[in-house]
Amino acid sequence: MWVKQLAALRDWVDARFPLSQLWNDHLARYYAPKNFNFWYFFGSLALLVLVLQIVTGIWLTMNYKPSAELAFASVEYIMRDVEWGWWIRYMHSTGASAFFIVIYLHMYRALLYGSYKRPRELLWIIGMLIYLTLMAEAFFGYLLPWGQMSYWGAQVIISLFGALPLVGDDLALWIRGDFVVSDVTLNRFFSLHVIAFPLVLCGLVGAHLIALHEVGSNNPDGIEIKDYKDANGVPLDGIPFHPYYTVKDIVGVVVFLIIFCAVVFFQPEMGGYFLEANNFIPADPLKTPEHIAPVWYFTPFYAILRAVPSQFGGVVAMGAATMLFFFLPWLDRSPVKSIRYRGWKYKTALALFTVSFLILGWLGLQAPTTLYTWMARFFTVVYFLFFLLMPFYTATDNDKPVPERLT
Amino acid sequence: MSARCTVGSRHGWNLVCAHTRNLLPAPVMGTSKNAPHGIFRGGLILLLLLVAGPGWTAGGGDYLMHAEVDLSDRKSLQRGARTFVNYCLSCHSAALMRYNRLGRDLNISENVLKENFMFGTDKTGDTMTVALNRMEAEQYFGIVPPDLSVTARSRGANWLYTYLLTFYRDTSRPTGVNNLAFPDTAMPHVLWELQGWQEPVYREEIRKDGKVTRVIDHLEVVTKPQQKPAPYQDEPYEETVRDLVNFMVYLGEPIKLKRNTIGAWVIVYLLILLVIVYLLKREYWRDVK
Repeated sequence: MWVKQLAALRDWVDARFPLSQLWNDHLARYYAPKNFNFWYFFGSLALLVLVLQIVTGIWLTMNYKPSAELAFASVEYIMRDVEWGWWIRYMHSTGASAFFIVIYLHMYRALLYGSYKRPRELLWIIGMLIYLTLMAEAFFGYLLPWGQMSYWGAQVIISLFGALPLVGDDLALWIRGDFVVSDVTLNRFFSLHVIAFPLVLCGLVGAHLIALHEVGSNNPDGIEIKDYKDANGVPLDGIPFHPYYTVKDIVGVVVFLIIFCAVVFFQPEMGGYFLEANNFIPADPLKTPEHIAPVWYFTPFYAILRAVPSQFGGVVAMGAATMLFFFLPWLDRSPVKSIRYRGWKYKTALALFTVSFLILGWLGLQAPTTLYTWMARFFTVVYFLFFLLMPFYTATDNDKPVPERLT
Repeated sequence: MSARCTVGSRHGWNLVCAHTRNLLPAPVMGTSKNAPHGIFRGGLILLLLLVAGPGWTAGGGDYLMHAEVDLSDRKSLQRGARTFVNYCLSCHSAALMRYNRLGRDLNISENVLKENFMFGTDKTGDTMTVALNRMEAEQYFGIVPPDLSVTARSRGANWLYTYLLTFYRDTSRPTGVNNLAFPDTAMPHVLWELQGWQEPVYREEIRKDGKVTRVIDHLEVVTKPQQKPAPYQDEPYEETVRDLVNFMVYLGEPIKLKRNTIGAWVIVYLLILLVIVYLLKREYWRDVK
């Protein structure tokens, strides 16, 4: 009875809107390789965190006041007087760090299994644009609590634009809208954080998914499952995303939520890495904190910036450190995608890159000393060599033979 | 000497103001408020924590005592609140905190709240502001006393504890006192009538360049309080400060009293859900070869 009416309703909609078609194209008849492992949870988790950030962000915006006079107190108002406000705020602040953890692991998956390689170059580039947008989104959001770290972190990062030749100072002034970070800056960062960049982010995520479903997912073997299909055109090594990967991803989601909630309820400051102690002091334009460090997810790039003696050179190096990822599909000359079948050269290079990235991240949190600066210089060189030497070591690597079908 | 020492164990930890330097435990390094617990547990809380290395005078704030914060100790929070309104709230505000929230969370009735805690207002829904005029405050102290609502979160409990315990006489300062955790602090030793006055004991230290410098080795109470005010008579000063710091940790994040309990239930729920979704996944994946 009900089933019949629901089917009729579906047909009515289908005649006017491709509802069933969308469902099938992207879920029920989207065939994904059957051998996804641990590393393949982070795509769906990134989507989860995006939704979480948007929903908690909407509720925070209901009580937050984007003015230099009121911002700091309004955040504490949310923490104290708004029902469950503390919970919403901690989810949002923890969510920001969680977003970067998930995205870094998601990107690392691509490095492991060559997910950026043909035919997924555009998918990778869209993903990189999402990453850059996310960095901007996080940067704008970090100013909003209007604590000392918010204020001086923004001051430092905006002043980096001032290092550009000719247009630098005018550009920094244009971004701030004032000669120092002020109420004007806070107001525009609020606008960019809650409207402009979330819109761009959602658009890019949509494009990322469309591109993914066009070319199909890569897998830990780095083999195209579309090469072997049955009589109906279904890949032999593929399984429908729904229900198989929806039920599997839900397990990943629950495990993620357990870790996430452990942070939110037990360690929301995460030892000062997610919420910094100095940010509980209201912004004071007249008092520079002794040690300004960006939030942990920017620190590898911050360490690279400080490693270069000239400020302009540092800014260029920092920019290049992010931009080089865009060129991975063309820097990598190996015929093999997955690390499972790559030779020792790529494995060694990736290991060195991983170590460099982590150590640079740690160095970016420390106050600079002579030793640390030289360490940062050394690992910056390793970081860049991973990319710049890639065409050579990948072209001459002793790759193993790749099986025809998934293992 | 022993008459100056305070020994107590009201909260299961011993207070010994020892002068025996070789008994000193390793200092808690850095200013992190999440410094490892237990370093001091069952050990000595000392008025001074110096081993080799930079002295107190070198920068201050490097060596912190452990405050042993325990938010489940409701009585301690109440005593801390009392000290806070009596001694701090005359100059410092806690403008992000409401009196009635305080009453609700710490089981203080509205009458007690109005009579003993509220001096500037009679509306329990008001925040803990202060009548001190900003201009005058700046004249008195050279700086407007900062709002203390979230100070425990920016400074950390151990820093606050150390700060309040390490005021010492220094005639070169306008207030007559200096501080080991916050050198040249503008704040006078407001709690002097509870602690008395301390003076530094110096020792000589050879610097890297071979020169001998005098650094503060530890502090000694030289003038004990004559007659402590009513509720504090039988209370060691360290206890009073510990209660006060305990309260300020609560003040910095009132939900901290309940957050962990709620979190435990959330995690239990998620663990049960995990079993169910895992079984669901296994059931579906049975037919994937």
